[in-house]
Amino acid sequence: MNFEYAPAPESRDVVDIRPSYGLFVDGEFTDGHGEPFKSINPANEDVLAEIATADQADVDRAVKAARRAHDKVWGPMPGRERAKYLFRIARLVQERSRELAVLESIDNGKPIRESRDVDLPLVAAHFFYYAGWADKLGHAGLGPDPRPLGVAGQVIPWNFPLLMLAWKIAPALACGNTVVLKPAETTPLTALAFAEICRQADLPPGVVNIITGAGDTGRALVEHAGIDKVAFTGSTEVGKQIARSVAGTPKRLTLELGGKAANVIFDDAPLDQAVEGIVNGIFFNQGHVCCAGSRLLVQESVADELLERLKIRMRTLRVGDPLDKNTDVGAINSAAQLEKIRELAGAGEQEGATRWAPDCALPQRGFWFAPTVFTGVAQSHRIAREEIFGPVLSVLTFRTPAEAVEKANNTPYGLSAGVWTEKGSRILWMAERLRAGVVWANTFNKFDPASPFGGYKESGFGREGGRHGLEAYLNV
Amino acid sequence: MSDRLAVRKTYKLFIGGAFPRSESGRSYVVNDARGRFLANASRASRKDVRDAVGAARKAFGGWSSRTPYNRGQILYRIAEMLEGRRAQFTDELRAAGLAKNAATAEVDAAIDRWVWYAGWADKLGAVAGSANPVAGPFFNFSTPEPTGVVGIVAPDSPLLGLVSVVAPAIVSGNTAVVVASEPSPLPAITFAEVLATSDLPGGVVNLLTGRRAELAPWLASHMDVNAIDLAGAEEAQVKALEEAAADNLKRVLRPVPGDWSDEPGTERMTAFLETKTVWHPVGV
Repeated sequence: MNFEYAPAPESRDVVDIRPSYGLFVDGEFTDGHGEPFKSINPANEDVLAEIATADQADVDRAVKAARRAHDKVWGPMPGRERAKYLFRIARLVQERSRELAVLESIDNGKPIRESRDVDLPLVAAHFFYYAGWADKLGHAGLGPDPRPLGVAGQVIPWNFPLLMLAWKIAPALACGNTVVLKPAETTPLTALAFAEICRQADLPPGVVNIITGAGDTGRALVEHAGIDKVAFTGSTEVGKQIARSVAGTPKRLTLELGGKAANVIFDDAPLDQAVEGIVNGIFFNQGHVCCAGSRLLVQESVADELLERLKIRMRTLRVGDPLDKNTDVGAINSAAQLEKIRELAGAGEQEGATRWAPDCALPQRGFWFAPTVFTGVAQSHRIAREEIFGPVLSVLTFRTPAEAVEKANNTPYGLSAGVWTEKGSRILWMAERLRAGVVWANTFNKFDPASPFGGYKESGFGREGGRHGLEAYLNV
Repeated sequence: MSDRLAVRKTYKLFIGGAFPRSESGRSYVVNDARGRFLANASRASRKDVRDAVGAARKAFGGWSSRTPYNRGQILYRIAEMLEGRRAQFTDELRAAGLAKNAATAEVDAAIDRWVWYAGWADKLGAVAGSANPVAGPFFNFSTPEPTGVVGIVAPDSPLLGLVSVVAPAIVSGNTAVVVASEPSPLPAITFAEVLATSDLPGGVVNLLTGRRAELAPWLASHMDVNAIDLAGAEEAQVKALEEAAADNLKRVLRPVPGDWSDEPGTERMTAFLETKTVWHPVGV
């Protein structure tokens, strides 16, 4: 019997991409004074739009607008009124959800199934959640009279463009801060669509400012003397540069950086469920996930059986058009990222690990990398130590729970971990010992606005989500 | 003035998502502040109380197992629906005797109150629950859960007072049987129309109009009611109601003097919560 899939493309008609985009400053779209750049569709390399670059003067203008809005309007506004603006934004996101999902998939390369069923629902939920905090800050257990910090400079990555925007903007605004946010240069379009949503919500000018550009624009923002808070999600390398740049200033800092999560499978784990969790852990969003389960630690006695089942499952993954509703793995976000993945995968082979990928035809144009697994990986290998940020899984084995803990924690990172076992007490025993900010048990890559997220060690500091997420934006 | 003759509304009860008349066939006259006839409100009976409790019990399982996020969305939807009827409620409150500005302020405050409580749905657990550091190899945590069916004797503030007692009871997953203000019951029934169009499952809130002194004791003594809010109970009746409530150890929220326009705290929510503590061993 033949089980071929027919194409099931999501319509692009819901989105309307303009040929060029300016900066969103003080409630208006304005020109940028740096050299404009192009945002492309990573699935076919088509140019989507030309995007303005904010130079130092543009950044300055945005920070001043945010300061005015904070001092005159947003800071003094009662929490219940701020709440109503955020509820409006949440509703507008819900109303325009499909449009934003399609736009996200076009600009980022992620499968529509993920942008539609994961990113967008979480974006709306995040605004709803923090809208509810805006008039309850005194109940958050952070002190009797928490005050906003002022102006927040926020720089976000390209892997979950609109979701990371929501994680940054929703708590900042709920707490009475105003923001200047820079989206990643490869994925600016949903942030610019969000600027329109701010206008539809009648959000006062200057409360949210969106500036676009590459690393220089981001640097100008975080180094600007007029901001009170820096929030960054991205690579550990850039995070360290930012930590150095705010040293000696009164700026507050939160960082959500890289990871090299261990996904630990014990011999009593339900193997089919574990296989689903492993696949979700590393191939979700093409592995462009800071908390991806990129190191599989499997108990030796079940390693062969598990790997056999994992390979069978990987053969069914569909790689291709992000807008096809059957697609499991979409396009790599950029040529640069694809090059980095290739380089590290090459290093995996050179250092002696065994590489395997299912047969799968990749499209001719665009940036693609087949789901890949490396076995026989040693802890010293680069693919066991460095964040690949792609659909590449490194498999290691262990014999005892103590060895699993030792190996899981043998990394400078500490963002997340997974544990698979039928034994509840062992889950909790492992959770106590894993040096990671999030531990998923018998599941993986679960996110909720009510649940704090963030890392230990070089995965950064500060938490986003939940009651804890408020602390990053309040003087308590 | 138009020559057109107005089509008047029949004010009925709100039980299980439907609008039945009282099974007793009784009604009572409701006049405006100047003594002019407004409507005949249904005068609910003991059996209506029992039907309402039955509907509330039936709705409890579904409502309490909704995600907190979903309950929050529905409470926010109630605010949206109420906002769309500002003019209607302002008129009803003026008919009930409020001056124009006071009526507008009360409607606005009532809408904002739903927004306030909507935001609590997915935060109560974080504020009222805890992970408990017990001295042993155990993971131990406490979470708040809804008490069950809450009987509410609503205060006379016909809209703001009503929503200020109903919202905190249902936000956590309780269901409610409410005896509306006796002198000003009409806004409560119009408010039931808001509830009926807000995706709130039928039976989560049931509204009865009638004689408070007749209905409150049946609610207080009903063995399938888990808690009772005496906000609007007459002072002389409170002791007897508390005694009746003791038969199945209902949680009792006594009337507290105060202005319904004051910022609410969390007491009205936590009054109708149980705390569940779970122990689990930690070890390989």
